[in-house]
Amino acid sequence: MRQFLLFITIIGVGLLFISRLFYLQVYNASANNLFEDNAIRKVYDYPKRGFVYDRNGELLVANQPSYDVMVIPREVEPLDTLEFCSLLKIDKEQFIKTYKKAYHYSPRLPSVFVSHLSKEDYAVLQEKMRKFHGFYIQKRSLRHYQTTIGANVLGDIGEVNNAIMNREPYYKMGDLIGKQGVEASYENTLRGVKGIKFIQKDRFNRNIGPYKNGKFDTIPEQGKDITITIDAQLQAYGELLMKNKRGGVIAIEPSSGEILAMVAAPTYDPNILVGRGRSKNFTKLYNDSIAKPLFNRSLQGVYEPGSPFKLMNALIALQEGVMSPNESVTCYRGYKYGNRFMKCHCNYGTRNDMITGIQRSCNAYFATTYRKILDKNGNASDGIDAWSKHAKSFGLGDFLGYDLKVGQKGRIPDRDYYKRLYPKTFYSTYTISNAIGQGEVATTPIQLANMIAAIANRGYYYTPHIIKSIEGETLPEQFTKPKYTTIDKQNFEPVIEGMLQVYKNGTASSLQIKDIDICGKTGTVENYAIIDSVKTQLSDHSIFVAFAPKDNPKIAIAVFVENGYWGSRFAGRVASLMIEKHIKGEVTRTDLEEWLLKHSLENEYNKPYSGEPFRINGETSLQIVEEQEYNQLKEKLNKINKADN
Amino acid sequence: MVRETNRHFKFDWITIFLFFLLVGFGWLNILSASHNGATINYLDFSQPFGKQLVFIFLTFGLIILLLAIDAKFYERFSSLIYIISMLSLVGLFIFGKNVNGATSWYAIGGMTLQPSEFAKAATALAVAKYISDLNTNINSFKDQLQTFLIIIIPALLVLLQNDTGSTIVYGAFFFVLYREGLPKYYLTIGLSIIILSVLSLKFGYIITSLIAIILIVVYHFLNKKKIRIYQSILISIAAIAISFGVKFFYQSILQPHQQDRISLWLRLEKDPQKLEKMKQTFAYNLNESEKAISSGGFSGKGFMEGTRTTGKFVPEQHTDYIFSTVGEEWGFLGSAFVVIVFVLLLLRILHLAELQKSQFSRVYGYGVASIIFIHFLVNIGMVMGLIPTIGIPLPLFSYGGSGLWAFTILIFIFIKLDSNRINEW
Repeated sequence: MRQFLLFITIIGVGLLFISRLFYLQVYNASANNLFEDNAIRKVYDYPKRGFVYDRNGELLVANQPSYDVMVIPREVEPLDTLEFCSLLKIDKEQFIKTYKKAYHYSPRLPSVFVSHLSKEDYAVLQEKMRKFHGFYIQKRSLRHYQTTIGANVLGDIGEVNNAIMNREPYYKMGDLIGKQGVEASYENTLRGVKGIKFIQKDRFNRNIGPYKNGKFDTIPEQGKDITITIDAQLQAYGELLMKNKRGGVIAIEPSSGEILAMVAAPTYDPNILVGRGRSKNFTKLYNDSIAKPLFNRSLQGVYEPGSPFKLMNALIALQEGVMSPNESVTCYRGYKYGNRFMKCHCNYGTRNDMITGIQRSCNAYFATTYRKILDKNGNASDGIDAWSKHAKSFGLGDFLGYDLKVGQKGRIPDRDYYKRLYPKTFYSTYTISNAIGQGEVATTPIQLANMIAAIANRGYYYTPHIIKSIEGETLPEQFTKPKYTTIDKQNFEPVIEGMLQVYKNGTASSLQIKDIDICGKTGTVENYAIIDSVKTQLSDHSIFVAFAPKDNPKIAIAVFVENGYWGSRFAGRVASLMIEKHIKGEVTRTDLEEWLLKHSLENEYNKPYSGEPFRINGETSLQIVEEQEYNQLKEKLNKINKADN
Repeated sequence: MVRETNRHFKFDWITIFLFFLLVGFGWLNILSASHNGATINYLDFSQPFGKQLVFIFLTFGLIILLLAIDAKFYERFSSLIYIISMLSLVGLFIFGKNVNGATSWYAIGGMTLQPSEFAKAATALAVAKYISDLNTNINSFKDQLQTFLIIIIPALLVLLQNDTGSTIVYGAFFFVLYREGLPKYYLTIGLSIIILSVLSLKFGYIITSLIAIILIVVYHFLNKKKIRIYQSILISIAAIAISFGVKFFYQSILQPHQQDRISLWLRLEKDPQKLEKMKQTFAYNLNESEKAISSGGFSGKGFMEGTRTTGKFVPEQHTDYIFSTVGEEWGFLGSAFVVIVFVLLLLRILHLAELQKSQFSRVYGYGVASIIFIHFLVNIGMVMGLIPTIGIPLPLFSYGGSGLWAFTILIFIFIKLDSNRINEW
């Protein structure tokens, strides 16, 4: 027995060791993945991010080098701090503070000492850099906007967050990613593919050399340039006209679905989100919960469409055969249904057919039309479903499928939608507000512009899009294949004729442009806000939709100006000017331009926050912008007009 | 006459083969752990792999010398060798050079020598000599005490030089003495103390004491006729005293770093933040070495391909932590191979020891196997996290001239003794 104690112990220990090895190396083995091996440093080689051009080939977004002064505290040798500080334009206290912070982070690893040097400072510093051991200059690439417009279109890039990194392993800490606009939509195209180098490091985190002589390294793939459908001049013009107003403007080329301009007001200069000021400025924009400059009103703003929606009702009535173009309705300064009354601006006893109904925007005419559509088969439930289906075929009530990341569905109600409100009986009068584009109907400016494009095309539209071309790629079919509405082509003509009359003799007659047949429709929409838990009416929204010319339309446009009162007052002016600008290349109605630059709605927007009772619509006077600002705006206008010629 | 001619071929070639297998494979791993990426000049004597190559070459001379000396020499001069060795340990207090906190080196010219490595062999010889003496009776208390003294002197000397690892090695002689007839109760008491200590550290002394008492009571009633009641009571009191004593020993006598090591080993620390901090400080080596072994997987990353080895993530990797290189580069296959070769070597030596006709040779052989076994157990156990961190090299594998030569001497004296057993009628 005594002989065997050590024998058995040795064999036991041998077996124990082998089991432990099995546990560590086989059972519990960590996969030998280069990316997870922390003995291998992964160094990324970032490709050039693609440029962005406008439809006329004007460069909008390029890249600029940015220079950061880096420090590796352990390698720093005594230096002339006075000279160094003056070169970097910092004071000595800041130098000591930053140095300590870097040292605290890691004496061995590089930290940013001063970020985003200007080119001038860089040039001076570079000469003398060799004198300062432990410091070096790291070049990075930032976006360089060649323009001050289109912040909502172009978007910006920023560092990825954890959620993105978890979702997409391509992105690593500190990588940049498109955050808004086309930067976000075309992120994969613009960014290219980064290259990677694997470097063997030691336990002090120092590089020893390439891992396996660079066998697994890859070279970066350059980002592709893109051309967007925006006309930079038109965009700049639209943004200028919308200065001191809130709202959205969308202009679409009906024959292609290309978005010519997309204005969201108020907006900001995209340059403020680049470089040193980025986080400060972004926070400021983000926290502005009243003006909401980051809110893209032309895509995300959901408004009741108001009178422009009457066009839709007219089209549906013709398609359903419940109205003929010549059939007339008498207006008694409004429309009486049951014991209720819907007011109208027409004179007492005016007889309107479809064309004059559109021209005068007669509420009585469209209330009658709407009821006829719903009551066609004597059953308003079936009627509203048919009505809803027609409206939805114009891309209303759902996401349009355009290539920008933000948007809203809007709302086109059907019987299901009303089930909660009216579970049993349902009559056409219940929803009569829909006749004039109020009530439950809601659209975004881009949906409305798209509806107008479909009318301009007499029955079809292309999904609106912002991309015109990508280097070496063809556009996806969704942007090149027309989508047909449920309305037959011949039914568009009476409606278009009515829209033409709006300009010739109707609500927008003051906005005529010489030599261009514009078809439009005004809209004035009541709206309310909750102030101190009291529902309070604010000044009406000013809305305008139009396309031009009548034949072979080149532009379809929708303009929303919040609290701008009647349709032709603000929105109509903006629409007419942008149409003229786009078609003629120059503007003859300078009187309209001056009026728009001169008038501000800021006082109107401040009213709900003033804490005092206020008047609205016709009972208020318009705010005139100050002389100095007016001159500045005027100067900008001259610049835009000059650039165009 | 026939016996005479065959004499030189009586060396146990299996042991010699296993010896060189370990030395050779060990050197490959030292090369991998200590080269620094550039083209390798094998004769670069400023690098550990270059130096170790020299040590290995010198080993051949040493082996020839050891085998040439008459076998009787080792038995006859064992006392002298022991005394010289002890003096060399004492001399360290005056002339010693301090490396990593342990004063266990002589610096002679550019060379350093670690006498404690050689003291193991000397002690093995002295113990063999003393026990095999006809006048020695291991069952007499006086002779037990004498034997313990032979072992405790070097153990105490190295402990005073702060070389805890080497001290533990002298525990190996327990196996030797037990084989030669040390009463069984030593084993029982020793094992009981170890088990009680571990249990009371892990689960607290109250629970441990209770369990111990219950076991003693049960045992008492099963063997009523053999054991008297006062014996059981005494044993119970002793058990309780040990359980309580361990706590005191752990908290008041052990140094903080030793407490930490034990705490980590027994997973006493539950706070994840403190555990994380442990991993970054004193447990850094262990953590990195476990990670390196684990990253090797089944078949390893390949010779000289270990990223953690190349990056020198495991400090002291070419010395005490050499096994982590094996783990990373040769994987489960290579590591298990090394474990098996060690086990085979140990079993071979034990088997030969049992065949010896002279008690001196047998005791010495047992000593050799026990000493190598303790190194093997503690080193690989530590590198894999099974045993608290104790600085002790892996025999024949770890970098170091003194260690390599000391083990060469240890093993080849035995091979010489074994080759001579035919003449021992």
